[in-house]
Amino acid sequence: MAEKPKVAFYWCASCGGCEEAVVDLAEAILDVVAAVDIVFWPVALDFKRHDVAAMPDGSIFATFLNGAIRTSEQEEMAHLLRRKSKALVALGSCSHLGGIPGLANLFDREDIFKAVYLESPSTVNSEKVFPVTRYPHDGQSVDLPGFHTSVRALDQVVSVDYYIPGCPPTPKIFHAAVQTLLSGELPPKGTVLAPDHALCDECLRKDTKPEKLSITEFKRPQQILIDEQKCLLAQGLLCMGPATRAGCEAPCVAGNMPCTGCCGPTSRVHDQGAKFLSSVASLIGAKDEAEIDRILDAIPDPVGTLYRYSLPSSLLQRKRLKETSPQAPAVSSEVLHAGH
Amino acid sequence: MPDLHTELARPQAVFEPRIVAFFCNWCTYLAADLAGTSRMKYAPNVRVVRLMCSGRVDPQFVLAAFAGGADGVLIGGCHPGDCHYQEGNYKTLRRFRLLQRMLRQMGIEYERCRLEWISAAEGDRVRTVINDMVEKVRVLGPLDLKLPEELVETILSEEVAV
Amino acid sequence: MRDLHGWPDPGPIRIGVYVCHCGANIAGTVDVRAISEYAASLPGVAVSRDYKYMCSDPGQALIKDDIASHDLNRVVVASCSPLLHELTFRRALNAAGINPFFLQMVNIREHVSWVHLDKRAATEKTQALIRAAVRRVSLHKPLQKRRVPINPNVLVVGGGIAGIHAALTLADAGKQVHLVEREPTIGGHMAMFDKTFPTLDCAACILTPKMTAVGSHPNIALRTYSEVVQVDGYIGNYKVKIKRKPRYIIDELCLGCQECIAACVYKEGKAPDEFNLGLSKRKPVYLPFPQAVPQKVVIDPETCIEFKSGKCKKTCIEACGERKAIDFKQKETFEEIEVGAIILATGFKTFAPVRNPNCGYGRYQNVYTSLEVERLINASGPTSGEVVLRDGKRPHSVGIIHCVGSRDANTNRWCSKVCCMYSLKLAHLVKERTGAEVFNFYIDMRTPGKGYEEFYDRLLDEGVHFVRGRVAEVSDWAVHPSEEGKLVIRAEDTLAGFVRRIPVDMVILSVGLEPQADAQDVRRLFNISCSSEGWFLERHPKLAPVSTFTEGVFIAGACQGPKDIPESVAQAGAAAAEALALIDAQFVEMEPYTASVLEEECSGCKSCIPLCPYQAIAFLEDKKKASVNEVLCKGCGTCVAGCPSGSIQQNFFEDEEIFAEIEGVLSYA
Repeated sequence: MAEKPKVAFYWCASCGGCEEAVVDLAEAILDVVAAVDIVFWPVALDFKRHDVAAMPDGSIFATFLNGAIRTSEQEEMAHLLRRKSKALVALGSCSHLGGIPGLANLFDREDIFKAVYLESPSTVNSEKVFPVTRYPHDGQSVDLPGFHTSVRALDQVVSVDYYIPGCPPTPKIFHAAVQTLLSGELPPKGTVLAPDHALCDECLRKDTKPEKLSITEFKRPQQILIDEQKCLLAQGLLCMGPATRAGCEAPCVAGNMPCTGCCGPTSRVHDQGAKFLSSVASLIGAKDEAEIDRILDAIPDPVGTLYRYSLPSSLLQRKRLKETSPQAPAVSSEVLHAGH
Repeated sequence: MPDLHTELARPQAVFEPRIVAFFCNWCTYLAADLAGTSRMKYAPNVRVVRLMCSGRVDPQFVLAAFAGGADGVLIGGCHPGDCHYQEGNYKTLRRFRLLQRMLRQMGIEYERCRLEWISAAEGDRVRTVINDMVEKVRVLGPLDLKLPEELVETILSEEVAV
Repeated sequence: MRDLHGWPDPGPIRIGVYVCHCGANIAGTVDVRAISEYAASLPGVAVSRDYKYMCSDPGQALIKDDIASHDLNRVVVASCSPLLHELTFRRALNAAGINPFFLQMVNIREHVSWVHLDKRAATEKTQALIRAAVRRVSLHKPLQKRRVPINPNVLVVGGGIAGIHAALTLADAGKQVHLVEREPTIGGHMAMFDKTFPTLDCAACILTPKMTAVGSHPNIALRTYSEVVQVDGYIGNYKVKIKRKPRYIIDELCLGCQECIAACVYKEGKAPDEFNLGLSKRKPVYLPFPQAVPQKVVIDPETCIEFKSGKCKKTCIEACGERKAIDFKQKETFEEIEVGAIILATGFKTFAPVRNPNCGYGRYQNVYTSLEVERLINASGPTSGEVVLRDGKRPHSVGIIHCVGSRDANTNRWCSKVCCMYSLKLAHLVKERTGAEVFNFYIDMRTPGKGYEEFYDRLLDEGVHFVRGRVAEVSDWAVHPSEEGKLVIRAEDTLAGFVRRIPVDMVILSVGLEPQADAQDVRRLFNISCSSEGWFLERHPKLAPVSTFTEGVFIAGACQGPKDIPESVAQAGAAAAEALALIDAQFVEMEPYTASVLEEECSGCKSCIPLCPYQAIAFLEDKKKASVNEVLCKGCGTCVAGCPSGSIQQNFFEDEEIFAEIEGVLSYA
């Protein structure tokens, strides 16, 4: 009997939703379990890191890694699993794009630590104790993973073979992706395993979208009684459908809520937030700067809206860091030309 | 009048901003040509990317410029109402206003991304806008984005402590 | 620094880089040799040279020879502005057998050597620009210019002197011209004048032969009392919808005998006569003026009893007799024509002096506009050529106030160009007719044309008084017995140095010229622009005054800006010539910078449809996808930037090409 392909699952900075997605395969999970040999899955099985380290390089057929990379441990595991796997698959928005944790890139590590360990209303920390990576105690030392200044998507740390998009990926997307991987006909490396066009194509409300949309007011979902039949963007809601990859069949829209972009952009787009910005701003029905600004005032948090899942993988990747060191030394022209 | 003497006498160890400009073919690019034929002098910090219309300026280009090392981005188009393609510049204006807000949230100051309406006859405006922007960005300092890959070395060698 | 792509592997790309010295223009500031050496070090560059004059024959031969001997498939030329020589070098590539769009120009003269003093900085900037061009050109794709056939017919909108002259010129050249005029007759403002400056030719005498020629020319289809309501299409292929307003007269049957007017139940006119600016009355059935072309009457439904009550005796029909040319049931009709070029000659309107309360128009009955006085002076006007006040008496003193509604921060800033001359003309004619004392109040005397200064001299000799000063106010408030019953003009006489009060019987306001009230609507209809003041915008104020940025649409006459008759005629001839140049080429070549939707990838989100001002993007109902009509697309790229899924691309300005240019420009030092 041929050996079943080995697969591994791992989670980094994530919510556990992608693990649920595996379970959500429901009956189909039995087919999966029958077809593969799971050799590592911290949430469900008792394999340890040293088990993985002991495997020969490239012996894992596919590792499905979800969650973004924030700590040094997650980074180490990413490198380890990369070495041990033929195919490293980024599962879910966090590993694909940075995900919701990626929004932490709007803050510095300093801001985050102060908020979490000092200023949070439910924290009592009068001694101002902060985590450190190494704490000597009784002749030994206790180690903690390092906390990077920025959240990163998986492919910003190691090379990634495939991406399964979604927050979490729908059972249909996940199942189809697994079938593709097991089929033997592998798509080009770097492919996102979902259709390469925008969500509007699959949306049931597509026909209700006017051809000449002109937006004079933006609305937030709690501000209006959302019409269950009409296109959400046409109702003034910031539906990211036009800028988001299809494949999920728009369950959020079916739930009468606008798409928030979790499947990321199509392959032709470098920065999902920028493209949606461009599209939605172009449709504003005003020519006068003051009026444009008034309409835009209804979007209080552009970054949070445009880059809800994709901030680390966007072109700017993170908010500019404050200067923690003195003014960068001026570079003399001699130095500028030295190496050229 | 350009301040030629201060220009040449400036000490070498001074930050020279790098600015990428997107100029529309029919107005701003022509105006820059006019500044050239009129032999006007302005700061050499701006590199021009020629497009047919300011409406072609995709916000991705602006972000790619910043990510690529630009300290400032200048977009030049026709005055409202005069767009060679009727209304491209209005779309630019709308996108630009939202882009500026987004950049502000990302810690990039308003003055680093600038939209100017410059008509084909306004060679002098090209000069004053470029000189003005270079000085304003010079005062702001290098953008110095320090993208996360570059930070990895720094973090791993430090203790995590505040 | 982050580089989106890293330098791509050039593969089979072989680039030739040519750095022009342009004599000392470039080489004097940029170290061209160092640049060409630098370029040689870049990936994909097979040949790198610098040369004195790349645009010269030997310079171009250099490129062509290298293409052959070094097997080049891409070329970068660093020289002057692409707006000068892009075409030249594209032709060179074409001649050498490679696609002309495999060229990228780098502007290192107008944008570098002519504007920077610091040679080191200029050379460094050049290196960055060259690097960007080399990266970009590697991604260029082969493209073809599009050829579009041209319909040889022309539409002229506006039947004033400019429109008439343009129409006649084109018709004489053998083209079919459609001339559309919204009044019931052609002639425009010129038909209202009595004499024209500086020769004092009779306006009607020089205009009516041209009007008659228009009316009888076999190549001119004249449509008066008509307006353009819709324009679709593009250069060489315009589809225009024209609305013909009902005259209630059957054109083909009316002989212009005017028996109907005489027979009308109204014994005398009761409605204000528009042609005489309300200074006289007309009947509901009327001929605008005696020499109207076409010589057909019009019935005004607002004042005709038959329309108001349906119970008129209709003596007009009786008088018309067997000709049966009157048709009260006539409706407006629409007609569609196809033309290749359009000339707009829609003229101007005069400034409404009620906007300047100080000049007293509307308050004092003997304050007239210059145009009203033209009608008074005209022999076929309301007073048969007599210049009289409202009570019929002759004025003994007349004040002519220049710059009403011109050169004024409160109303219009511009100078209307013709008012000084026509004010001098009116001064002469009024003095001649009435013997009155005439005072001209002016700011500057602007008489720049042929014979104009001499005309001014003549007026000085004729004893017309000139006061250099802006009139502050016209009032009937008398301070001195000599001012009783008169209109007093107060102005500072700046040459004399004190404020003067000059009492006159009649005040003539030299009103300025303004764009027509519906100029914005008209310009949108034809897809052209207006300047900030509202005049139709020319392509270039010096070198292209009669063409617009919309190819195939030309402008002529006062609609482009205030001007006198000789200039209007000159522009009309120019517009006709340019339209002829367009048509006789039989086809037009368009740059291939068009956008196209990637059909597979388009999700049908419709975000692009409203972005195109040319309506070039349609939503295909059957495929549920967007599609760009390549013929209508002008290549602005707005839709490309606005597509949220990156599913539209623009030829020659693809996303990846521009990203490559951005990275190239930044990745040096």
